[in-house]
Amino acid sequence: MIKVILITGRSLDQGTSKSIGKFSKEYMEKLAICELDPEDLKSLGIKSGQNVKIKTKYGEIIVKAIESKQAPHKGIAFMPYGPWANLLLGSLTNSSGMPTFKGIEADIEIAKEGKIMDLNELLEEKIGVI
Amino acid sequence: MKTINNVVCSFCGCLCDDIEVNIENNKIVNVKNACSLGLSKFLNYNKHRILKPRIRKSKEFVNVSLEEAINECVKILSNANYPIIYGWSNTSNEALRVGIEIAELIGGVIDNTTSVCHGPTIIGVQDIGESTSTLGQIKNRADLIIYWGSNPLHAHPRHLSRYTALSKGRFIKTRKERKVVVVDVRKTATANIADVFIQIKPNSDYELLTALRYAVNNGEIEQDEVAGVPVEKIEELAEMMVSCKFGALMFGLGLTMSPGKHRNIEAAIALVTDLNKYTKFVILPMRGHYNVTGANNVTCWITGYPFAVDFSKGYPYYNPGETTIADIIARGECDAALIVASDPISHLPIESARKLSKIPIVTIDPHETPTTRVSRVVIPSSYVGIECEGTAYRMDGVPLRLKKIVDPPDGIISDEEILKMILSKLKGD
Repeated sequence: MIKVILITGRSLDQGTSKSIGKFSKEYMEKLAICELDPEDLKSLGIKSGQNVKIKTKYGEIIVKAIESKQAPHKGIAFMPYGPWANLLLGSLTNSSGMPTFKGIEADIEIAKEGKIMDLNELLEEKIGVI
Repeated sequence: MKTINNVVCSFCGCLCDDIEVNIENNKIVNVKNACSLGLSKFLNYNKHRILKPRIRKSKEFVNVSLEEAINECVKILSNANYPIIYGWSNTSNEALRVGIEIAELIGGVIDNTTSVCHGPTIIGVQDIGESTSTLGQIKNRADLIIYWGSNPLHAHPRHLSRYTALSKGRFIKTRKERKVVVVDVRKTATANIADVFIQIKPNSDYELLTALRYAVNNGEIEQDEVAGVPVEKIEELAEMMVSCKFGALMFGLGLTMSPGKHRNIEAAIALVTDLNKYTKFVILPMRGHYNVTGANNVTCWITGYPFAVDFSKGYPYYNPGETTIADIIARGECDAALIVASDPISHLPIESARKLSKIPIVTIDPHETPTTRVSRVVIPSSYVGIECEGTAYRMDGVPLRLKKIVDPPDGIISDEEILKMILSKLKGD
């Protein structure tokens, strides 16, 4: 397990896959990921492409760990904005109107079991959509 | 085949207005000059479309006529005590103008996606003002370009080539005549083409901005480093800022979404204000959705406030943190929602998305999203800038007219027309 600071943000892939469709395979492949520094991947003992579980005090999610192309950023995990990243965020805004989408403490470990939820499963399980 | 020139791209706040589109049998077959974000939108806009209005009856969606969907929408909005009307950054100014009239009529809260992107920027600007310019001024004159907490190569791919580092301006013509600085927590794609990259520790922008102000004002920083940045590097940047002829600080959500939020923006604006004692310096937010700037402007002309406007008292009332969408939903206060051109179920923190999904939602959107899945009523609309006209504001506040380049699917009308039908029914016309 490693401790990181989670940053959610825009990525080129998020932008292009969003236009293909929120329920497309491309959107899930580009969003249900977490970009990690090569050294952090090494500390976890995993290779790019393996699944990890990310946990914050608000929730947890299994996503695919990807070796970051924007390294070095040891100790920082990046996830594209969207339904998967939002499972890890809190609602409070401290009277600013803006929830904290960046700079959140998170724990990351290897996901030995469980799989990455697709958007339909996520909506059903986490939001309660029938 | 028909070629249409000077099409405005309706993806990001750059609103690039030099796109060339080839059309064959009402279909876009080729697009020139667009970045990959724009290209993907032009070529895929007709996928995952909703083609019929629908209402959720018990657990199932049932296709209905447009009139029936409008009637159901009017029923939901009329019965609500504290409805929210939200979205707007992906539609035209004309549509929003009608939306504001609806909000006033039903005593609801109208907010746009600014509140979860550059809301803190606006609060910061309202607190201490800003020195700003158009992107044209930056292109023609800026010899120092700073991107802070912003990665335009991913979020606004043509920003550098059209307006800043890689653009050919009237007075500054080449990349060599400009210095480019990137401040970010990661070595982003944009950082790779910068002359100076400053890697800052997460959540410490306020500290670095304050240290820079001190250095700009000839203070001697009595520490080895601030925010993970060695003092020599801070002094070097301060010197670059003071000695440039025209500097432009462009910042992204790295400042607005990190702890500090509007205080980070105030610190950035204060730094730019200080710099204007020595040289010419401007500050601009990198706005995301293509018409989020328009959403602020239109809401401002009509209500006096740029976002998060509450009409429940019978007059416009604005207090970010109280009347902002994220807070109203988190407190569980709203009892109905009209969502236009936005997908809050995908883009709010999970607890808020869950709470929002429990109230009756009416969504007007061209395509299928998690928000349409949880809505009580869904009314499909046409794409502004592709299937219908409309006006939008570029991120620097320049208004541009978006064109209609192909026909929408049969029976699909614009957000503006749908909202006018809702308004007229609400008024009992």
